[in-house]
Amino acid sequence: MEAAQNFMELSKQVVGFIYPNEIDIQWSILIVVYPYITGLVAGAFILASLVKVFNVKELQPTYRLAMLTALAFLLIAPLPLQLHLGRPERSYEMFITPNLSSAMAMFGFVYLWYLMLVLLLEIWFEYRRDMIVWSSESTGLKKWVLKFLSLFSTDISEKAVAFDKKTVKIITIIGIPSAFLLHGYVGFIFGSIKANPWWSSVMMPVAFLFSAIVSGIAMVMLLYMIMVPLRGGKIDMKCLDKVASFLFYVVIVDFSIEVLDFIHRLYESEESIKILSQLVTTKLFMSLVVLQILMGMLLPLGLMVVIKVFRLQEEVRKLLYFVCGLLIQLGIFSTRWNVVIGGQLFSKSFRGLTTYKMELMGIEGFLVALALLIIPFVILSILIKLLPPWKKEELAGVE
Amino acid sequence: MDRRDFLKHFCWVISSGGVLGGGSADAWARMLNKTYDTTKHYYGMGIDIDKCIGCGRCMEACKTENDVPAVPYYFRTWVERYVIKTDRTVSVNTINMESDEPGDVLVEKDVLRSFFVPKLCNQCDHPPCVQVCPVGATFKTDDGVILVDSKRCIGCRYCIQACPYGARYLHPETRVADKCTFCYHRLVKGLLPVCVEVCPKQARVFGDMKSIASPLGRFTRMNKIHVLKPSLNTDPKVYYANLDGEVN
Amino acid sequence: MKDFFKKLPEQAVRVVTVFIGLVLILLVVWRFILPPELKDHDLQITATVEREVAKEIKYAGAQICGQCHEKEPEIKKVGYHRDLSCESCHGAAQKHVENPTEVKPTSPKKRDYCSYCHKYNSSRPTGFPQINPDRHNPRKPCITCHNPHNPKPPTTPRSCAACHAQIERAKAASYHALIACAVCHTTPEKHKVSPRTVIPTKPDKREFCGKCHDKGSSRKGVPTVDMAAHGEKYVCWQCHYPHTLGGI
Repeated sequence: MEAAQNFMELSKQVVGFIYPNEIDIQWSILIVVYPYITGLVAGAFILASLVKVFNVKELQPTYRLAMLTALAFLLIAPLPLQLHLGRPERSYEMFITPNLSSAMAMFGFVYLWYLMLVLLLEIWFEYRRDMIVWSSESTGLKKWVLKFLSLFSTDISEKAVAFDKKTVKIITIIGIPSAFLLHGYVGFIFGSIKANPWWSSVMMPVAFLFSAIVSGIAMVMLLYMIMVPLRGGKIDMKCLDKVASFLFYVVIVDFSIEVLDFIHRLYESEESIKILSQLVTTKLFMSLVVLQILMGMLLPLGLMVVIKVFRLQEEVRKLLYFVCGLLIQLGIFSTRWNVVIGGQLFSKSFRGLTTYKMELMGIEGFLVALALLIIPFVILSILIKLLPPWKKEELAGVE
Repeated sequence: MDRRDFLKHFCWVISSGGVLGGGSADAWARMLNKTYDTTKHYYGMGIDIDKCIGCGRCMEACKTENDVPAVPYYFRTWVERYVIKTDRTVSVNTINMESDEPGDVLVEKDVLRSFFVPKLCNQCDHPPCVQVCPVGATFKTDDGVILVDSKRCIGCRYCIQACPYGARYLHPETRVADKCTFCYHRLVKGLLPVCVEVCPKQARVFGDMKSIASPLGRFTRMNKIHVLKPSLNTDPKVYYANLDGEVN
Repeated sequence: MKDFFKKLPEQAVRVVTVFIGLVLILLVVWRFILPPELKDHDLQITATVEREVAKEIKYAGAQICGQCHEKEPEIKKVGYHRDLSCESCHGAAQKHVENPTEVKPTSPKKRDYCSYCHKYNSSRPTGFPQINPDRHNPRKPCITCHNPHNPKPPTTPRSCAACHAQIERAKAASYHALIACAVCHTTPEKHKVSPRTVIPTKPDKREFCGKCHDKGSSRKGVPTVDMAAHGEKYVCWQCHYPHTLGGI
């Protein structure tokens, strides 16, 4: 039978001893994609919150873009989970009979809370006035779509707009812990599995969150650098430098957390250290040492230090920021890979390593994962068309 | 006499409220049409490592009885073989897998200790799998057996990740989680789990911890007992006698 | 209530209305549309146990065989296979119990089945009879000489290797290869017939090993040591394991 042959090939690649049921890697690349996506959502939202709650005025040009980015990725977030379930048609059960002791059961509720009561609500209040204005300026389908989206509201007086602004601030304040919960619970799911020493750690939700913020800020930075010229505008360097600054600080924190975890593991040297060392030096060498640490963290960190110390020219800075942004995306994706896949590559008997054979086609294959990563950008382009983040004056660089 | 007819003639006797927690015995009563009172039993298994000969009859019988996929990669119970050499290296493999090389069974050189360890779901008292199931599809019965509701399991595999013993797997056809149930369908009818039934050496011993006399009672009295991964506080109910420290 | 709505700006009223509408829809769905099986966890548990209990039984259990087959259990219960369940060799027999005339259980008559247990494997516990199928009457069905229900060997084994194969094979590669087991272990004849009731002895004096290994012994080519100054408190085998190469 085909499945048996598949397993025969897999078992030839097993090093040492694994429990027989462990030959199947249970959480595939889709479960790598999911925390990556919700990480981007949380990170983009945190960047947006810097504007509204912490009043970092220089970041204002990125605010609407960050919100739309968060929304585009959030809409896709349930898909990898649905597709990986053994029985996706039963996923509604999590809403009706959630098991309160399970961290995973909170997904539906946290997701809905964040989507409806934080993101959509905030975007609505932020864009309401503009939607009303645009709808009066457009015709046909677009006019009615915008009218519908604004819930047929009409009041664009100063008082109403001030109320909107205040509401946005309150929602953002509520949104920050909500974003932490949305992504942090995934870290908690991994961190609370005592059976798996690679995952079981109190730092897991914290590390997840900080790497999420890193990836979110870097993604918005990249999108800002791509979208503004595309819409015929001039990149606001003060804004970009500020984004890069915040990115720099968060990368330092994230890096410190990961180094702390690493040193702590080596120092304590618990039972699992032998197999985990073997894992890192053999199966995970490329994805962890090379991609996650060297290329994904140290190199961008080095570049950003160089930018800060040497006061480089604008064009050079833009290029380096772009490179950093890309490297960081690669690094954070590798981080998710190393956590999810890495944790399943060693046996719970601590005596062996197995292998992950990612299919190309198939519902949990590479192509589906790639599609899930591309679709948010498609959604984002539609959102940007419908709800442009920048007015013409802003694009021209006029304050 | 047909077993089914025999059992159909039983009438249900319900023991009343105070002894039972949570009203679930009432639910059992409504459903189980026989004089089987789940609150009067609490099952465990004993395994004597010194007796296991590694014949694999238990593995085969379990697959037959419980319709486990016939490929050598899904097991509700399996037997591991340990060979510890004088240089302290340990090599482990699962018996009767196609990857077994014939030469291995003959190894004697520099062997310090060598033995077989049957493994299965430990039916823990603090099961991490039950804790993490998002829809509550896996649960512990009153008589101490962990079952999976195959009609409700959504196949998220969280329980498989949470099990420290590798006892669970995703059934390739039904796409839901599956595992050893101590042959629950046999227990309620007074039969033994098949792995215990076919073991030629009585290396596996089964017992009801609530009964006054049972093979498990003697087993746990006469042997020094060890469980797997005690530091994880799962409180397993599979008790090993003469378990070597190298067994994880 | 009206005042509250008057104070709120128009857009907030619209938003609140939308949310209240959604919540109402959810409540209606929950109360009136969802069937109880989806909502009540206890119902789901009882349904699962019901399904589990209704599963097919394939192994009938050893006790039921004796109700029709009176001869074999009598033969079996005095022999070495007394702990072996009928179905360990004859396979799942519930169908045979339900339909004794038309469905017959399997009966392993060739050599391959006995090999599952009795083919030599160095990890099996010592004292378990093992053979090398290629050397031990090759091609002859085992049941020609051994009645499977009471598998007493046709003649009492001459060599200890019949039950202690792993020790014999290790010894055969050691310096003690040419020393017969009985030289060091006094073995009463009864041990070959009833092994657990009488066990062979181990040398209890250092002088025994000293006959060959003490300095000044007449044996050529044998490593010697001054026993007066070497390991005084102990009998030799408390440190040295004489069956393996190097006696370690």
